[in-house]
Amino acid sequence: MSEIPGDLKFMKSHEWARVEDDGLIRVGISDHAQGLLGDLVYVELPTVGDSVQAGNACAVVESVKAASDVYAPVSGEVVEVNAALGDKPETINEDAYGEGWIFAVRPSNKDELEDLLDPDAYAELLDSEEH
Amino acid sequence: MSKSTILNATHRALGAKMVDFGGWDMPLNYGSQIEEHHAVRRDAGMFDVSHMTVVDLRGTGVRPFLRRLVANSVDKLKVSGKALYTCMLNAEGGVIDDLIVYYLDEEFFRIVVNAATRDKDMAWIAAQAVPFGVSLGERRDLAMIAVQGPQARARVLALLSPAARAAAGALGKFAACEGDGLFIARTGYTGEDGFEIMVPGTTAVAFWNRLREGGVAPAGLGARDTLRLEAGMNLYGQDMDETVTPYEAGLAWTVALDADRDFTGRAVLEAQRDAGVPRQLVGLVLDDKGVLRHGQKVLTAQGEGEILSGTYSPTLGKAIAFARVPAGDPGAVRVDIRGRELPVRVVKYPFVRDGRACPGI
Repeated sequence: MSEIPGDLKFMKSHEWARVEDDGLIRVGISDHAQGLLGDLVYVELPTVGDSVQAGNACAVVESVKAASDVYAPVSGEVVEVNAALGDKPETINEDAYGEGWIFAVRPSNKDELEDLLDPDAYAELLDSEEH
Repeated sequence: MSKSTILNATHRALGAKMVDFGGWDMPLNYGSQIEEHHAVRRDAGMFDVSHMTVVDLRGTGVRPFLRRLVANSVDKLKVSGKALYTCMLNAEGGVIDDLIVYYLDEEFFRIVVNAATRDKDMAWIAAQAVPFGVSLGERRDLAMIAVQGPQARARVLALLSPAARAAAGALGKFAACEGDGLFIARTGYTGEDGFEIMVPGTTAVAFWNRLREGGVAPAGLGARDTLRLEAGMNLYGQDMDETVTPYEAGLAWTVALDADRDFTGRAVLEAQRDAGVPRQLVGLVLDDKGVLRHGQKVLTAQGEGEILSGTYSPTLGKAIAFARVPAGDPGAVRVDIRGRELPVRVVKYPFVRDGRACPGI
């Protein structure tokens, strides 16, 4: 299992959120989640300009095995999507916390970040799921 | 508590992700199922298929028994070692299971049935066997390793004694021989050449390790599923079950309505053939992005159907599927994927054979 970066926040459903210097929030799925899904073959991205609600599905990642919804960790407007995943969805398998980001949101309510898990709490969640 | 094959610890030592399959703890992949898939298409891979059920049928009545038990005709089996793919049907023509029958001699046939259906199969076969005086011997002492791919036969032959190598090297497709204590069949479930090898449990781990040292890549059930669907091969429980006849499952080629053979389910098949088969199995290709999956709704000119087996095809780089749809010209077909109707092409399968996309795919 790869290390969980300290600057991320997590949803229980295994999405990560990273607050960037410009205030945008970049979103992906955790390394644990990509491992559960296996080889990814297709990512259905949101559209730039979409308005998303925290906790609502706004993207889909599909592996050979299964399709899985990706939930928005915070509400706001989608301002960037990782179009490179169209040709190389396996980037999520290779670098879930970096090049494998899925979309970026301009948040409408930063307080929602407080509802997310910090890396230690997420690591504890993974431990409890394994037992 | 799930059952494990003799190779279970070997899989775990190789870092396999394990999964329950029909009550068995089996390797799903050893890291990347797509890489394992390509290894089989391009070189050689191996699968532990020891969970499958091998049953030896013995008795003077074994050929008459099999003439009744299965829908294909064992009269085609005249040379020792020859194999036949077939379904066994219930009285309603529904598929109880699909199986391979090996002819060894007039008092000895060997069959291989699925793992998940083992209990019902054994009960059915035992009950049917009574009037024929045929005995059933389940061979749990044997492990089974499928070695598949363009280099599979060469890799296996290199490990055999000269005598066994000569015999196995001379096998035609769908035939088996014995050698070095192995039962070696030139059969498979991937659309590639190769062998399915029954090996005594006592030597199975050593044999697996020799194959691996000889350059054969371990592959899990994930790759096995994408390979078999590309090859246009049915999966029991997903593409057919007791509620469909072979005609509705794309398996008409396995039914022999030969004269003077009253196999179980025959009357229903004949009636269906005469009246018209209500449903058909078709192959689908999705050229758009997305993945076809089991249970998705299929819309045709003749009405709705559904995806049976669907997956991303690593060889083609797009999604493929089997669907059961109403009989007749399906017209322009669409599949409902999460509320969006995407156009798909109806194609003649297999999708992939011997490493390449088939014409028209």
